[in-house]
Parts: sequence; structure tokens; C-alpha cells
Amino acid sequence: MSDDSPIVMGIWGPPHPHPLLAPEKNEGWGKLRAAYDQLRERIEESDADVIIVYSTTWPSVIGHQVQCRENPEWTHVDDDFHALGSMPYSFKVDVDLANGIVEAGEKRGLHMRGVDYHGFPIDTGSIVALSLLNPDNKLPMTILSSNMYANRAETIVLGKATTDVLKAQGKKAVAVVVASLSNRMFTKHIEPEDDRIHSQKDDEWNRKILEFFAKGRLEDISQLSRDIHSQIRVQKVVAFKPAWWLASAMGQHNRYDGDVLAYEALHGSGGAVISLTPTKGSVGDKEFDEDDVEYYRGDRNVIDSDSTLEVSETASANSEVSDSSHTVPEGGIIETSAAPKAVGAYPHARRVGELLYLSGVGPRQAGTDEIPGGAIRTPDGIPQEYDIKAQTEACIANVKAILEASGASLSDVIDITSFLVDMERDFAGYNEVYAKHFTSVQATRTTLAITALPTPIAVEMKVIAKIG
Amino acid sequence: MEGEIVLGALAPHPPHLVYAENPPENEPNAECGWEGLRWGYHRLAKKLSTIDYDAIVIFSPHWQTYIGTHFLGLPHFESLSVDPVFPNLFRYSYSIDVDVDLAEAMATEASDAGMVTRMMQNPDFRIDYGTIVSCHMVNPNWSKPIVTISSQRSTHYYSAEVMGEQMHELGQACKRAIKASGKKVVLLSSNSLSHRHFVTESDVPEDMSKEHIYNHSQYLWDMRMIELMREGRTREMVQLMPEFTEQSIAETDAGGLSWLMSALDYPDYGADVHAYGTVIGTGNAIVEWDPRERATLQVSP
Repeated sequence: MSDDSPIVMGIWGPPHPHPLLAPEKNEGWGKLRAAYDQLRERIEESDADVIIVYSTTWPSVIGHQVQCRENPEWTHVDDDFHALGSMPYSFKVDVDLANGIVEAGEKRGLHMRGVDYHGFPIDTGSIVALSLLNPDNKLPMTILSSNMYANRAETIVLGKATTDVLKAQGKKAVAVVVASLSNRMFTKHIEPEDDRIHSQKDDEWNRKILEFFAKGRLEDISQLSRDIHSQIRVQKVVAFKPAWWLASAMGQHNRYDGDVLAYEALHGSGGAVISLTPTKGSVGDKEFDEDDVEYYRGDRNVIDSDSTLEVSETASANSEVSDSSHTVPEGGIIETSAAPKAVGAYPHARRVGELLYLSGVGPRQAGTDEIPGGAIRTPDGIPQEYDIKAQTEACIANVKAILEASGASLSDVIDITSFLVDMERDFAGYNEVYAKHFTSVQATRTTLAITALPTPIAVEMKVIAKIG
Repeated sequence: MEGEIVLGALAPHPPHLVYAENPPENEPNAECGWEGLRWGYHRLAKKLSTIDYDAIVIFSPHWQTYIGTHFLGLPHFESLSVDPVFPNLFRYSYSIDVDVDLAEAMATEASDAGMVTRMMQNPDFRIDYGTIVSCHMVNPNWSKPIVTISSQRSTHYYSAEVMGEQMHELGQACKRAIKASGKKVVLLSSNSLSHRHFVTESDVPEDMSKEHIYNHSQYLWDMRMIELMREGRTREMVQLMPEFTEQSIAETDAGGLSWLMSALDYPDYGADVHAYGTVIGTGNAIVEWDPRERATLQVSP
């Protein structure tokens, strides 16, 4: 949670072209247009230096993409609503900011790509929002894609990378999310005057979400994203994840003045124009359910998948594997894709009574087996330099991931046995990193020097935690 | 004279293939890559060059529509196509002629059969890269007019089963329209098979040491479907389509292959598989159905 976000205003707006191309054809489309116009004036009155758009109609599959071309120009036509007309655009991009977001994302473990190509197809939603909110390019901007496969952790980290750069460059921004609320459209052509929200159920859910927005409860909406997705979203190309990005970029709390300027139907979907301005008042913060994340470690998954926990093929008949509620039954074992794969026939952890026993955990990265700080020897067995601090950090992060997959945390640890392959060289660095994480925990600890570990790593930890 | 479908093909559209071909229309240049698939396409293109036909009708997953099925409805499109996912590989200048009469005939026939259709008549519309890749690979000199049919995303709104039913009707409607048109037409379904792919890209995109199927189960599914094609068991293949689509995250979710099988009246003769290969982990097959094979079968003793 952060109170020093450089985002001076958050905006949520619909991607459909109707408010831009045909506001006169339907009263609701006209109201959405008027709301966009109102926010345009507020942006002009603000002290923002730049606009950053996160668009759900720009899907990407190879990481996240960032618009980096200085002056992208084209005439765009929507795939579905081409009969409404063309959308010519000529935008001004803050190239330094855009390139900075690419670099900051990479530093936080994301796969990023800057896009600087003549004719690159900017998406309908971005064009609609930017044409209405910033028609004369008074502020430079950039656009972020919405990765199809990104789950919460990845999207939260993208939001943090965004603010990293704004802070580093001393800029204030308006953050714009382009997304529908309910996204089910009519599957046949309708006359403009017949437009309405597709179903009563969608309408009721939309109004409930708008209550949260009106009270400035952005972090709560972020944490409800999966529920919103499952209730009122058709599984199109991109799932409902923009609240994760916006909440992360704006500071992960509920202290905003929310203003719902318009809520109308757009060919059946729910379109709302909303602003969020940081404030000291509002509903305030209570307890948040989900953990924060600073660095993306490759736990990408689709939004509506089950938990990361996987059934172990080695589970005995009377063992149960934990479920998505993160409670491990007596005798249950834990295997999680958030930690490196075992190198033998053993689980990541096992619960016995009120205790959780973790198998030895090293610094290898889940999914890639890469070793932060470098391997201690080459594949040919030649010793090489490595960073014990980076290895110890990664080791503790893996311990944390397994504990969290089990419904526990580092603060539940009661006993640690650490193994170092070079006590003389590494103890000081290892001890320094250890202290950072465990001084407040005060777990008992034993540190042993050993000849070797099964993989080319320098440190491994064996942990016991209390649970239940 | 009654029109006919003279050839049908599964013609996947990874932009990597055009990139590796280095045609003058595409700006980026490659050293090599995906030769197995490209050489398969060369064989299909060679076959096509021996056939007399008037137009290509292509069903593309990258023109995604939610409000019915759309058809290209202007005689000419000319512009630059930049792949939104792989802009580093595909920036292609195109000049494409469209058989509008055929497009309108198919749209009308489908509409009369109860489907929602629309003609796309905005001259600023950019042709999707799926259409361009598949059509370039089968006919690099663009000597014939085309019609692109959009992919109505019934799978997203309803289910793969509903998509299958709608594609059956659309395929039949297109077949009727083609017969009534008096034209000889080639049909292309522009899609991969299994479609789970890598989410990072190597520094050198054409580094073939990095290219392989995403996982073994995808490969097994692809082989199962391809064997059914080779054995002429396409009704069985279409019945399996919902499960295949779900199990291998297949691009058949767009409906193209089901549409093609319906338009070809579910071939019971063996398909010619020109190539199978992977692109960033997805399974791609270049497969040809020649209706004259059916005629040959029917006159056999």
C-alpha cells in the first residue's frame, strides 16, 4: 500500500466506438460522450504531465507491449462496428516514459516489448479514449497492452513498474483503463434506440460494481476481479484484469473520491465513465485478502484457472492434497508451481498435526530452474563466481511461496536448518539476508557446512512451520 | 454452368512463415526458419497453380466478430498490415482484389438460412494478417481475388458445440452460393491445430533450436486429428472438434476447420498432408482436400 502514487487521477472508460462516432444516435451513447468530455476538461485542469492507457482491447501474448512510437498515425476501423465509420488518429507519445516502462517491467521480472513501428494497429479502445480525453494531444501519452495470460501477480507488477518510472522521471500521470464492465453484447444487429444492458443480471452486477467505484473502493474492486470476471464477463480475448493494474499503479488502497459520470449500454455491454481522485477521506482501508507482490517470478496463469496447487502423483491413499482455499488437511501434502520442481520423489511440504514440514528448498526459479546469483559451477564442473546474497534471497522467496501455498507465511516459521557448501566464503552474506527476513520471526536455526548439493547451488534451507 | 469447390485446404497463418520467405512485400528479413512448413506450402501452391479456379474464399480467426459473420464487401483493399503480436516479423504491404459478387452471394445465402451476416464496406478497413499470411503462402503473386469470412466467436459466447453447429450451416450456405455462382473456388481454413504457445520469444526468432511442440499431449491430439484427415474420417474429426479444441487450446475454436469440412460435405476420401510443424510451440498442418478424389472413389469398382 502506498500513499505517494504519482497518479493524480484514475479514469475508467468503455472501449466501444459509439460515443466517438455516433453519440447522436442514442441518448446513452451521448451521455457517455458527455462524460468523456467532462473528464477531458478535468485532465486539462489537473497538473498531470502524461496520460497512460491500459487497454483491454489491445491483447498481447508475448509479455506486455508498450507503445513507444513518437507520433503514431493511422486511420482505424473496428472489426465489428465498421459501419459506424473510420477513426483517424495522430497521437503524441512520451517516448522516454514508454521506454522507461519497458525497462522497469523487465527489472521486475516481466517480459516486455516496446512497439515502435509505422502502421502498428492501435486498438479501438485506446483510440476512443485518447480521441475523447486528449483530442489535441495536450498531454503526451503511452499505451500498455493487456497480456492474455497474465494473472494478478503479473498485472500488479506491471502497475508497480509504471509508477517506478513516473517517480524516477518526476512525472504525474492520469491513468486510464479502457474496459467494459459486463461485456456481453447482442449477437445480432440492433437499432440504436433498442440498445440496453444485455441482461438484468449483468445490469445488477454493474450497478454493484459502480457502488464500489462511487465510494472510491478501487482496491476492493481489484480484489473482486475474479468474481466480477466469472459473473458478468464472456471469455473473450482478454479477461477482467484492469482493476489490478489501476489499483496497483494508484497505490493499492480505497482512499479515493469516486465519481461515476455515466453508465449506459453499448450494444448490450455495460459502459461506464468513472474518475477516481486520491483523497484522505473516503471509506478507508480495512483488511485486504490477497498478498502483495513486487517481482514477477513466472507464475503466469489464466485468470479463471484454479489455484496453483497441483495434485501429487506420489500422494498416498490416505493423503489429501490441499485445495484452492489454501488449507492443508491433516496428512496433506503440498506441491505448488510457484516453487522449483523437486529433484526426487518428494513433495514441497507435508502437514502433520499442527506442523508443516518443508523439504529442502534452494534458490532455483520455478519453471525455469535458473539460479539467481549464478550457478556455483559450469555444466562442465568448473567452479565459477556466484552471489550468495542473491541465492539466499531466492531461497527464502521459494520458502515463502511454499508456505503461502500451504496457507502459512514466513512469520509462522519455527525452525530452520540451513546448508552452505562454502561456510567460510558465504556465511556473512547468507547471514545478512537471513537477518532481513527472520529477525522479527525469531525461529530457531542451525547452519551446517556440507560438501555438495544435488544442483549447482550454494544454499538450501529445511523449514518447519506451525499451521492451523 | 454450376459452380464448384475445386480444392479445400487447412492453411495456417503464423506470420513467421512469410517472415522466413523474405518476400518483397514484407519489411523484416529472416535468415531462414520453419522450412518444413514452408516447403509444404510450396507444394500446395504448386498444386494450386495447376488448377483452374476463379477465387479463394478464406475463413480467418484474426477477423473476430461478435455480431454475426462478416464478409469483405469492397472490390479492392490496399494498405500495410502490421501484426499486433509479432510486429517485429510482419509488416506487409498488400494490394488485394475481392470477389464482391461471390461474397454477397454467400452472405445472402447464409442470411436466408437464418444466420446474422454483414458486408464490410468501409474502405479504410485493414485486412487481417491471418488472411494475408495464408493467401500469400498459397498464391504469392495474388493472381486471384479473395473473399475473407470473419470468425464469429460463438465459442466464446456459447460453446464449441454451438460454434460447430453454426459452422455447419455456414459451410452449407457457402457451398450453395458457390454452386449457384458458376465459379470455381478454392476454400482455405486459416488456422493452426493445437495452439498453446510459448510466451517469450528468443532473440533470433528463426532460431530453430528453440522450436518444438509446446507439450506432448498437444502433439498426440494433433496427430489424432491429422490421422482422421488422412483416413477420410472427417465426420468423426468434426465430432471430436469440441474436445480437441478444449484439450489443446486449438485455434479450431474460431470455427474455420468445421466450416471447411461442412462446405466440402465432410470428405470421406483421404487428405494430402503437405506438412506438419510447430511455430512458437503451436501445431500447424498444411492439408489439402481435392474433391476430385471423391469422384475417383465413386467410379472405382
